[in-house]
Amino acid sequence: MKQRRKTTMIATICLIVSLAGSSFVLHRVDQLRPQATLDEVLFLSSPKLIKRASLGYDGLTACIYWTRAVQYFGYRHHYYAASYNLLAPLLEITTHLDPHLLVAYEFGGSFLAPPPPHGAGQPERAIELMEYGIQNNPDKWRLYYNLGFVYYMELQDYKKAAETFERGSRVPNAHPFMKIFAAQMAQHAGEYETARMLWSATYQTTQDEQIKQNAIEHLRALRVDQDVQHLQEAVTRFGERTGRLPASMAELVASEGLAGTPVDPDGHPYKLSSEGRVEVRVPDDFPFVTKGLPQGYKPGAKFRGLP
Amino acid sequence: MRARIAYIASNTFREAVRDRVLYNLIAFALLLSGAAILVGQISIEIEKLVVINLGLTAVSLFGVVIAIFIGIGLVSKEIEKRTLYTVLSRPVRRWEFIVGKFFGLAGTLVVNTFFMAIGVFAALFYVSHKFVRADALILVALYFIILEFLIICSLALLFSSFSSPLLSAVFAFSLFVIGSFAEDLRNFAGMAHGVSRWLATGAAYLVPNFSAFNVITSIAHEQPVAGQLILQNSLYALFYATMALSGAVLIFERRDLK
Repeated sequence: MKQRRKTTMIATICLIVSLAGSSFVLHRVDQLRPQATLDEVLFLSSPKLIKRASLGYDGLTACIYWTRAVQYFGYRHHYYAASYNLLAPLLEITTHLDPHLLVAYEFGGSFLAPPPPHGAGQPERAIELMEYGIQNNPDKWRLYYNLGFVYYMELQDYKKAAETFERGSRVPNAHPFMKIFAAQMAQHAGEYETARMLWSATYQTTQDEQIKQNAIEHLRALRVDQDVQHLQEAVTRFGERTGRLPASMAELVASEGLAGTPVDPDGHPYKLSSEGRVEVRVPDDFPFVTKGLPQGYKPGAKFRGLP
Repeated sequence: MRARIAYIASNTFREAVRDRVLYNLIAFALLLSGAAILVGQISIEIEKLVVINLGLTAVSLFGVVIAIFIGIGLVSKEIEKRTLYTVLSRPVRRWEFIVGKFFGLAGTLVVNTFFMAIGVFAALFYVSHKFVRADALILVALYFIILEFLIICSLALLFSSFSSPLLSAVFAFSLFVIGSFAEDLRNFAGMAHGVSRWLATGAAYLVPNFSAFNVITSIAHEQPVAGQLILQNSLYALFYATMALSGAVLIFERRDLK
């Protein structure tokens, strides 16, 4: 009995020590090969082959591939990657396995279309994906909405955007704003206003918190872009009037008769550089702004330059 | 006759539920249903889809494994332990033995499916916090899964009636895989010409068509299942299981047990 207890003790200690040792060594190995993860490899790229190999359990396989796509995008987006080569194939496999997985079209399109680092910069692939989604789910107006969104936001193709919103407006139970968007696109007037309407509609019609947050970020960015544009125009007017640049934001505010120093949505006053450029104070707080970024600005804390 | 079949069936059921492997498999299937909750959290907007897809797939796959691994030993174990001779020395016919074994195994699988289904519904309630009317469609998917099990049980018994447990397992599992491709086989037959066409068509109708029973994906999207499909699948499973059982009886009746 004593001997058995001794053996049990030694075996237990060996087990714990070996487990700790192997975990420690594996951790060191991972540090030596930081990018050596299976996530970066797509061993099977044919949707048809994967569908066959799933033995009819294609719904589950689609969920697995969708999760892989989300993880792949999330990881690369977190590190401001410059390319998303596997994203389109992962989304194509997902939607071929389960053509009714609407979330893959809705999010997939918004992952694929925007330029890096916010997306894969492949609006054409996003359009293909969403056209495939519409083909398989012709009664889902949100797919038309997302497609029109890509045509407008990423390609500035007002004609196609108008056509797509118009097609979507004919779907039974389509949201009434589809007709309004179709008309807006046809006129392609008031770009900021249209973009604000689109993002507001996105915010109002989704249940997903992440999409809501994304819409808020875009709405904040739109306000900054519009503010910066107006202030920049004021700087130009000041220059035309006086033949010099305003010495400070206060001088610009006084000359324009504004009520106070203009502030961004977070309450930080806009800066005026010595070259007369209007800039945001904390650009990292506005990931989607296109105007008012300091010269040579790179997305700071997160930027680690994934290829 | 009915009493004898019922007696063999209840004994088979009791023997099967004493098998520890069975509980391990059920526990693993329940664990997978629970894991579906975690998988849903690392993805976007598919929590419910993952629970339904992963839960029902686990019920289906583990049920198939249980059906095959218990089914293949039903006859051979009785021969090996020599208990078959005791049974057959009583006024029990060979076909009654086979049919009784089938019902015993089918009953085991229905009970297993019931418990695994509770796990799936519990996971679903955890992620949705409520049940909606469309969730009742899961019962249709479970019914189809049970129909699938009946066919596999009958096939396992068929192979078990003339072959060793290992070979029976290989045959039954192979047929399960081939049966999942039955629609492709039928498409191939449609494209072939001459003798190949006849052979392919024959093979397509001979192998079980499991793809018709798999409605998990559409049910996960709350798409209704046609009443006709339920009826036709029920009839198909009935005919196919009867065919395989008849084959098992024919072989077992002529088998030299000495």
